[in-house]
Amino acid sequence: MGGGFKAERDGGVSIRLDHGEVAILRSLVAQILDLVGPGSTGSDPLERALGIGAAEVTPPTDPVLARLFPAAYADEKEALEFRRYTEPSLRDGKRADAEVVLRTAVPGKIRLDAEQAKAWLRALNDVRLALGTRLDVTEEVHEQIERMSEDDERYAAFVTYDWLTYLQDSLVRALW
Amino acid sequence: MRPDVPWVTIVWNDPINLMSYVTYVFQTVFGYPRAKAEKLMLDVHYKGKAVVASGTREEMERDAQILHSYGLWATIQQDR
Repeated sequence: MGGGFKAERDGGVSIRLDHGEVAILRSLVAQILDLVGPGSTGSDPLERALGIGAAEVTPPTDPVLARLFPAAYADEKEALEFRRYTEPSLRDGKRADAEVVLRTAVPGKIRLDAEQAKAWLRALNDVRLALGTRLDVTEEVHEQIERMSEDDERYAAFVTYDWLTYLQDSLVRALW
Repeated sequence: MRPDVPWVTIVWNDPINLMSYVTYVFQTVFGYPRAKAEKLMLDVHYKGKAVVASGTREEMERDAQILHSYGLWATIQQDR
């Protein structure tokens, strides 16, 4: 695995990724795109135009979606109302970030301007949130990996999660 | 904090969001200096949560929505 992200003089960043790394990254980001899907806007044309969700919007039961679109209020009714107004545009933003990664992630040297780098940062976080929630990672993820047998069916996913963590941390540091 | 605008945005700890990333998000979203952003991040990490902003309900809803776009676990409540 290569050296992570580096800051460039123009305010952007760069990284070198090989074919295998790009394939893994693209596949995970494409899964996020599928998962996030289109916003579930209501049937009212005005609400659709305003990006307001359907009145019958329900909180996600899938733990990954619940993590990507968390409840903003402890009160269920208030949380649903907030979700109805914000979730469609949140979905749009996550889709747009994922699409930036899919457009720019190619084997070799990847150069990103500051805006593209921010999209990568959020997209990498979405992938880590999804993968980390599915794997039920703890703050002691390194110890989890060390204790795990390489024959464990989750081993490759844990190692991938660890690599994404390294990529995201190097991107934060390159942008600081 | 002004007593007439008792709403706060709270960020909760989770095992996935990186300490560096959370600090960066607080700097980017709120324009906080790095030291303040780092202190808030450490509060989230070690105390389990931190109040990251206060103001009107509308302001807090906007902040929470932006924090959600960065994948942080943010909630809104009245600061009683």
